[in-house]
Amino acid sequence: MATIGGLDRLLAEHPFFNDMSERARGLIAGCAANRVFHDGEYLMREGEPSDTFFLVRHGAVAVEVNAPGGSPLVLETLGDGDVLGWSWLVPPYRVQFDCRAVGLVRALSIDGKCLRGKCEEDASLGYEFLSHFVRVMAERLTATRLQMLDIYGHPSDYVEAQNRVAIETAAMVPAKPSPNGD
Amino acid sequence: MPNTLLISSDQLQTLIDGLRTQGYETMGPRLERGTIVYGPITSGSDLPAGFRDEQEGGHYRLVPSDPSGLEAESFFRYVVGPYSWKRLLFPPRQRLWRARRSDGGFALEPAETRPHPYAFIGVRACELAALAVQDRVFSQGDFADSGYRSQREQTFLIAVNCTRAGGTCFCASMHTGPRARGGFDLCLTELLDESGHRFLVEVGSEPGRKLMEQVSYRRARPDEIEQGRQAVEDAVGSMGRQMRSDAGDILRRNQEHPRWVDVANRCLSCANCTMVCPTCFCSTVEDVTSLDGAESERRRQWDSCFNLEFSYVHGGPVRREAAARYRQWITHKLTYWHEQFGTSGCTGCGRCITWCPVGIDITAEVAAIRDSERAVLEGEV
Amino acid sequence: MQTIPHTLSWGHDIPDPMRPARFRVESVQHELTGVFTVGLKPLDETQTFEFAPGQFNMLYQFGVGEVPISVSGDPARPTTLLHTIRAVGSVTNALQRVSPGTMLGVRGPFGTSWPVAAAEGSDLVILAGGIGLAPLRPLIYQVLANRSRFGAVCIFYGARTPDEILYRDELEQWRGRFDLTVEVTVDRAGSDWLGRVGVVTKLLASKGFSPPDTLACLCGPEIMMRYAVLALHDQGVGDQQIYVSLERNMKCAVGFCGHCQFGGAFVCKDGPVFRFDTIAERFDTREI
Repeated sequence: MATIGGLDRLLAEHPFFNDMSERARGLIAGCAANRVFHDGEYLMREGEPSDTFFLVRHGAVAVEVNAPGGSPLVLETLGDGDVLGWSWLVPPYRVQFDCRAVGLVRALSIDGKCLRGKCEEDASLGYEFLSHFVRVMAERLTATRLQMLDIYGHPSDYVEAQNRVAIETAAMVPAKPSPNGD
Repeated sequence: MPNTLLISSDQLQTLIDGLRTQGYETMGPRLERGTIVYGPITSGSDLPAGFRDEQEGGHYRLVPSDPSGLEAESFFRYVVGPYSWKRLLFPPRQRLWRARRSDGGFALEPAETRPHPYAFIGVRACELAALAVQDRVFSQGDFADSGYRSQREQTFLIAVNCTRAGGTCFCASMHTGPRARGGFDLCLTELLDESGHRFLVEVGSEPGRKLMEQVSYRRARPDEIEQGRQAVEDAVGSMGRQMRSDAGDILRRNQEHPRWVDVANRCLSCANCTMVCPTCFCSTVEDVTSLDGAESERRRQWDSCFNLEFSYVHGGPVRREAAARYRQWITHKLTYWHEQFGTSGCTGCGRCITWCPVGIDITAEVAAIRDSERAVLEGEV
Repeated sequence: MQTIPHTLSWGHDIPDPMRPARFRVESVQHELTGVFTVGLKPLDETQTFEFAPGQFNMLYQFGVGEVPISVSGDPARPTTLLHTIRAVGSVTNALQRVSPGTMLGVRGPFGTSWPVAAAEGSDLVILAGGIGLAPLRPLIYQVLANRSRFGAVCIFYGARTPDEILYRDELEQWRGRFDLTVEVTVDRAGSDWLGRVGVVTKLLASKGFSPPDTLACLCGPEIMMRYAVLALHDQGVGDQQIYVSLERNMKCAVGFCGHCQFGGAFVCKDGPVFRFDTIAERFDTREI
C-alpha cells in the first residue's frame, strides 16, 4: 500500500482531479486507498451498501447487470481515468450494478462516507467536488443515451425482413426495384 | 446582312419550311386541351393565333381575342404555358439503355440517338435562360448527359420577345427577360398595327443568317426597331410581380422559420411546381425487365423533391415534413443553385405560381420571410 | 454583329456516365449476418480499376437495379474490386445471392476521397461505426502501406455487439501492430466479451494522438458522427481537421438526378467525403 504522499501523487495523476484545487484534492486524499483487483473480482456488487467509489487508474471494469436465464449483460466498461460509482452520493446509498474487473485493475478507492462527512462540514469543498462529479455523470448520461439509440443496428430491421419476403415471393418474376431503390 | 431585319408574317412559313428542308423537326406552341403546349408544327397555321392567356396563382385560361381587333391575328400574344422546352431535351420519361441476357450475363445494346435535330420556334427569353441553366446542369464538371448534350448541340432556336407580361411573370426582376439577349439563332419581335402584321428579326448565329437567306426580308427602319423596343418595354411595365435580388441570402439565413410550416399547411406536395419548372432537373430511375427475363432496361423519369421517397435512405426519408420539402425546393432554386451552377435556378417564368393548385407564390414566400425579419428588426413584433 | 454558332459545343465526346461496365463476381465472402463482401473483376481481365479511398461505385444487377456502394478493397491492388454490402433493400438483397461467375454492372468510381495526401506528416484518427468501417478500409490499407509517412495512427471502431464487428480478423491483426492504436467498443455485450462496452465517441478521450496535428476521418451513422465531432472538439481537433463521409439517396452518382442534395452540395460528386467545416452549418439542420 502506498504512503499518503504516494497517494497524493496518484490522485494528482488521475484526470478526475484536473482543475480541482489542491486543497480539495488533499482532503480527498485523506479518504483514499490504493487497490488492486484481479480478473473476475468484483469491485462492487449490486444491492450492497454503497460507501465507496473508485478512480480507475489502469485496467477495465465491466458494469453489468445479471438477468435470469442468460449471461450477465455488460452495460458499459470503464477504463483508465474513469470514475466508477456514484450511488454513495445518493440516498439510500445502495450499489446499482455489479462491477467486475476484466483483467488486472488498479484503482483508488475513496471512502464515500468519509467524503460525505467532509463535504457536509465544508460546503465549498462539497460544491467543488460535486461539480466535478456532475460533469462525469452528465458525460455518462449522454453516452448512455447514445448507446440506447442503437445507431449501428439497421434503423428498421423490419424493412430488411419485408424486402426478403418480397424478393422470395417474387423470385420467379423479374424483380423491379422498390420505389425507394435502396 | 443588317443587324435587324423585317419580315412580313407570312414569311414565318418560309422559315418553318426552310428548317424542315434542312432536316429539323420543327416544334412550337400549339393549342391543346385549353393550354399552350409545345409540339410539332409544320405551318404557321398550327400556331394558336389570336389567343392570350390569363394567369394568376392557381389560375390559367386561354381567351380568344376580339375578332374585330388587331390582336386577333397575333401569333405570340400569350406567354408560357404548362410545358417548357425542357421536356424535349430532357424528356419526362426516357430509356437510358437496354441490356439483354448474353455471355452468361448481360450485354448493353448500343446507344440510340434521335434521327432529327429539333428546331424550337417561339422560345421566350425566360426559356432561353432556362435552357442555359439546364446546359450547366447536364454538362458542367466531369460528366455530361450524353442524350441531352447531343440533342441540345444541334437544336435551332427561334426566340420570340414577349410584348405582354403574363399574370405571374417576374422575369424582369430575374434579369432574364422579357427581351432575349442572346443564345438564339434568330429572335422575333411581333409588330401588329395598322401597317400590318410583321416581325422584327435579330440574327444571332451563322446558321440563323443562312436560314434568313431563304426568306424575303428588308432592313428594319429605326422607327420599326423603336416600335419593337417599346412593345417589349410594355411587357416590363405590366409585370405585376418581382423577386427580391437578395432572395438567396434571405432563405439561407432562415432555414428555421415559422413560414415553412405556414406554407406546408397550404402546400399539397403535388409536385406540380417541379413538373412545370423549366429548370428543375431531378429524376429517378427504374429498371424494367421483360416477362421472360431476357431483356432489361433502365428508364429515367422526372422526379420531384416534393415526393416523400425522394430523400429515402435506408430507414426512412430524410425530409419527412412537407415544410422541409418545400424549403428544399425553394432554397435549391434561389440559394443553392448559385453554389452549384453559378446562377439562379429561377428564371422568373411564373409557371410554379400559375400551376400550383393552391396558388403558392414563390415571390410572396420570399417576401413574407423578409417581412418577418424586418418586423423583428423594427420592433413591430 | 456578334455571330455565335447555334451548335453549342462542349468539345470532345465524353462517355455516357449512365452506362455500366461489365464485371464478373470472383468471390463472395460472408462477413456478418446480412453483410458480405463481393470481389469483382472486369470482363476484360487486362483492365484495372483505379480508385481513391472513400470513393464509391454504382453496382448493377441485371433485371433488379442499381445501388451505390463504397469501395472497400486495397487501392494498391486494382485488379480485384471489393465491396462490402449490407443487405437492406431489394438490390442489396439480390446481391447477397450472387456467386462467383455472376455478371454485375459497375459505374464509377465516383465522389471525393479521404485526404490521404493532406494527412501525411500528421496524426490520423480513423473513427468508424458499424458498416462505416468499409469505406475507411481502403484508407487504412493505404496508410499501412506507407506507414512511415504518418504520425500516430488511431483506429477507433464501434459496433452494436461483439458479433457485429466488421473485419474482426483484420482489426485483431492491426491491433497486434506496435505502430497502430486500435480500440474497439460495442454498445452491448455479454460477460464473455473482454473488450470495451460503451459509445465509440468515448474512445476519442484516450490520448493516442496530438490534437493540433491530427486529421480525423469519420464514417458511420450520422448521429454517431455528430457526437464524434463534438468529442473531437473537446479534444481540441477543429472542423478543418475533420472529414466525414455522408450517405444520401442516389440514382445517378454524377449530379444529374438531384436526390443526394445536402444543402448546396451533391453528396455524389461534392462528397461523399466532406471536410467538416464546409458542411458544419447544415450538419445540424433538421431534414435538410
